[in-house]
Amino acid sequence: MLESYLGAGLMLLLAIGIAVGMVVMTSFLGPKRQFADKMEPFECGESPIVSPHQRFSVKFYLVAVLFVLFDIEAVFFFPWAILFKQLGIFGFVEMLLFILILGVGLLYVWKRGGLDWE
Amino acid sequence: MELLIFYPLAGLCVIFALGVVFNKNPIGSAMSLIAMMLGLAGIFVLQQAHFIAILQIIIYAGAIMVLFMFVIMLLNLKGDDAVWKKREKNTLLTVLTGLLIAGVLYKVLEITSAGEFDSPAHVLETFGTVREVGTILFTEFVLPFEVASILLLVAMIGAVVLAKSKVD
Repeated sequence: MLESYLGAGLMLLLAIGIAVGMVVMTSFLGPKRQFADKMEPFECGESPIVSPHQRFSVKFYLVAVLFVLFDIEAVFFFPWAILFKQLGIFGFVEMLLFILILGVGLLYVWKRGGLDWE
Repeated sequence: MELLIFYPLAGLCVIFALGVVFNKNPIGSAMSLIAMMLGLAGIFVLQQAHFIAILQIIIYAGAIMVLFMFVIMLLNLKGDDAVWKKREKNTLLTVLTGLLIAGVLYKVLEITSAGEFDSPAHVLETFGTVREVGTILFTEFVLPFEVASILLLVAMIGAVVLAKSKVD
């Protein structure tokens, strides 16, 4: 069974190789002519050094939570889709109930304006 | 062969777990946690839990860590914040957590040292695949499956109430 992960492992190695290779090669091959004025950030009316930490709007959080919830919902579909024919009408009704309960949630989120940005 | 994969994976997990604890930067801690979870997914694969391994990557390393990052950015804690510094002084919590983990570890060691675990358990070739997990999920564990949807519904309502309470 572990042998079937050979492809995944190769892809992982390739991905790491490409990511590392791109960073290393640009720093070696790219032209470099650095002087103080060029390296200094230029922005009119802004302090050049500020903290990168910026407060987020809570709206992003709501989107993230809803994404996680529907992601977990989608996970239950994988085994159901594979076993669809075996489970027959029983599995279908089961999943229908599951979606119905979550559909109520989606309706609630929608009506409360959880999907609106403003 | 399996031990050859297990020890590097477990070692990486421990290193990144230590990284979560000792990192001064909360973002760095979260990143270490992601790397730790990827290692954990690898260990799940070694245990023939293929479906759990892929869920570990999709749900934990992918979705839930996004949430963690958002919470870190929402709170906007810096390394030198008063709240951040205060956590080092919470001795009671530290001792309690340490005792709890020590207790769990003791119990695990007791269980593993009691029986003979020299020979690996014999499992079917299909064990832990999506098909096997699904068959059990949709027959034996139908009720927990449906209850899970109610749990998701409650979480959905909770998120909306928390984030949208200012509107009303």
